Amino acid sequence: MTLSFLLLAAIAILGAAAAMNLKNAVHCVLALTLGMAGLAALYLQLGAQFVGLTQLLVYVGAVAILAVFAIMLTRSRTGETVAHGSASSRISGALTALLVFAVLAWAIFTGISPQQLSGAQPEASVREVGVALMQRFVLPLEIIGVLLTAALIGAGVLAIEEKGGDR
Amino acid sequence: MSPLSGYLLLSALLFSIGLSGALTRRNAILVLIGIELMLNAANLNFIAFWRYGPHPEMLTGVMFVIFSIGIAAAEAAVGLSIIVAVYRHFRTTDLDKINFLKG
Repeated sequence: MTLSFLLLAAIAILGAAAAMNLKNAVHCVLALTLGMAGLAALYLQLGAQFVGLTQLLVYVGAVAILAVFAIMLTRSRTGETVAHGSASSRISGALTALLVFAVLAWAIFTGISPQQLSGAQPEASVREVGVALMQRFVLPLEIIGVLLTAALIGAGVLAIEEKGGDR
Repeated sequence: MSPLSGYLLLSALLFSIGLSGALTRRNAILVLIGIELMLNAANLNFIAFWRYGPHPEMLTGVMFVIFSIGIAAAEAAVGLSIIVAVYRHFRTTDLDKINFLKG
């Protein structure tokens, strides 16, 4: 429970909470990038270099830009702010999330016995991750390449402009 | 409180924030962002268990998170393009106003 963990956790939670509560959708995405950057720093602190840098590239870079593009493309002309929905749905949603958190926290505090945990700092350098990806995990790597290609083509087909009712 | 519990608690909190956003926001893009937050909370769990669990040299937690980020990126791209297509049809992304499937 070091100071750096508390600081990074505060940044991540602050970004996530702001992303879910701000009125303007573009501000929400900007807050999301703050939360994701905090999460990437937490990964780096835990010793997972490659995952932290990938998190920065994918979420702070790609997904945030994609979300801002989608907001710009779907913005209504009447107003910039987005509504939250009725008060009853807000209360029930927040209550559900609170209950889920209570159950998870109860499981965390009762489930873990500390003597099973190892204290040594493991090392997952980019080199080791690359070797593992090329040897033990080469089949999943190929499959995810195919999946990403399919997603690329599918996203293009879905978003393409329909002209006169037929494609 | 052990360091692992701290990370798990943070992950649970991020998951709950994402869940509350996905349940209460009415803009489809913000619901998608809430789902991304929940995915990231799960990723933090994987990394924390990899760091403090037995056999970290097998790199299984790290690998799972790398593939999970890849799947999440594909999901975000397809989901956002579906939202753009729906917007073109309904002229809104408000989920309360999109209430039938037939085009």
